[in-house]
Amino acid sequence: MTLVLSQLFTGISIGAVLLLIALGLSLTFGQMNVINMAHGEFIMAGAYTVYVLQQVITSAGASLIVALPIAFAVAGAMGVLLEFLLIRRLYGRPLDTLLVTWGVALILQQAARDIFGAPNVQTRAPDLLTGSIHLPGGLVIASSRVFILVLALTAVAALTLVLKTTSLGRRIRAVVQNRDLAAVSGLATGRVDRLTFFIGSGLAGIAGVALTLIGPIGPAMGTNIIVNAFLVVVVGGIGQLKGTVIVAFALGILQSMVEYTTTVSVASVIVFIVIVAFLQWRPQGLFTLRTRSLA
Amino acid sequence: MSGLTVRDLRVVFDGFVAVDGVDLEVPAGDVRFVIGPNGAGKTTLIDAITGLVRATGSVTFDDHALLGRKVHRIARLGVGRTFQTAAVFEELTVLQNLDIAAGWSRHPLSLLRARGQVPSSVAEALTTVGLSAVRDELAGTLAHGQKQWLEIGMLLVQDAKLLLLDEPVAGMSQSERDATGDLLGRLAADRTVLVIEHDMDFLRRFARTVTVMHAGKVLSEGTVAEVQADPRVQEVYLGHAPSASEVA
Repeated sequence: MTLVLSQLFTGISIGAVLLLIALGLSLTFGQMNVINMAHGEFIMAGAYTVYVLQQVITSAGASLIVALPIAFAVAGAMGVLLEFLLIRRLYGRPLDTLLVTWGVALILQQAARDIFGAPNVQTRAPDLLTGSIHLPGGLVIASSRVFILVLALTAVAALTLVLKTTSLGRRIRAVVQNRDLAAVSGLATGRVDRLTFFIGSGLAGIAGVALTLIGPIGPAMGTNIIVNAFLVVVVGGIGQLKGTVIVAFALGILQSMVEYTTTVSVASVIVFIVIVAFLQWRPQGLFTLRTRSLA
Repeated sequence: MSGLTVRDLRVVFDGFVAVDGVDLEVPAGDVRFVIGPNGAGKTTLIDAITGLVRATGSVTFDDHALLGRKVHRIARLGVGRTFQTAAVFEELTVLQNLDIAAGWSRHPLSLLRARGQVPSSVAEALTTVGLSAVRDELAGTLAHGQKQWLEIGMLLVQDAKLLLLDEPVAGMSQSERDATGDLLGRLAADRTVLVIEHDMDFLRRFARTVTVMHAGKVLSEGTVAEVQADPRVQEVYLGHAPSASEVA
């Protein structure tokens, strides 16, 4: 029983990481339908933000706290720049967007190698997050994983709140649903696009900060995780935040359970097979919106 | 208030001339119907006026030149339109749809605040178009006719002074058509209305003036009776009588 519970929690913490990296994509890819291959590099930028800050701020705890808003702003600004310079000229051309942003991803990776060096760098985690929490029944949970889980859930709650209840969120959804109608209703669609991209990319920065707690920081870290993030968004149902959340945790738990009974690489294979099978059954993803739309 | 003036408007898509030198004068307060066979360039005309497609020539409304402005800037000058397909924000509620249309003048900082109450202009529009009962439904679940009414409601809260309606009664029942026609009449009191419509019965009852377009050009213009009597109009709608040489 303890074993199942501990694997379950491992799965939830993998899911939390998946959720954090997929959350930004659920905006830029899920809502705006932009395939941004450089999203992983925004995550990397967030992680390197922690590294740079720790050169200035010696306290690991303080640097982590300060890094969250700064990483959000840094990654968000990179996203806005990318949207303004390239992506907005490519709306409705998904293949071109994919190639162009992939090129940007390669450039950013190389830039990271030139600035920070090719080898991975290390950051210090605050003492509070290096230990583990002992629960009754012999369960041991790493504090950093709990932190990531809380961070992921907070980010989901904040994003949901913004999208569902504020008029900023309404505008984002309006532009996403019908760009022309939004424009003739008087919405400055270009500005809403940039804002959406800022938030989505900023969330990638937050994910980057979280990743410094559990793994190495390197130029290629974004590439390694971006595919999983896209999978989560697709399987969850494009544009459906709820689906993204559920699928992230489901995949995390599946991964950890299968991993325990087999090996890491076999687990990945099995997870991919499950995803392919699932998409054969429901190509539209877990959740879709039913309307009487004629379009 | 001066109405809508279009001078020598041309829209070209990859070499295909969709609108070919259209001149149009719609005085303030007019209810102008634009008719013509499919592909005559009616919708493209509206697209050009609202800035959705690039055009040359000149368009002025209320002494503002419209061409070259961004779409949302044109909308903010009081130009509102509906789409042929009954375009509403499907995944937002009826109320939220109206909010979007009403909300452009709000201060950016106030955007982060959740809604307190329904603004009076929005509540008024809901009543006018008869959608109060379904205000919290997703717009995507509305019936086709209701969506078209919601579109008009959005123009009302947007405070549009020039209404460009693309087939507002397509797919509506007779009673819905009558209600829509009455609504148009009331709206026209302090607005300028331009309607694209294929429904001749609707046109006869509610049009004040009619412009007939054909192949990107204005073919004929005048009252309903004048236009109906125009032999060129009869020709494009019914086909020209074959001449002796063609029969042979």
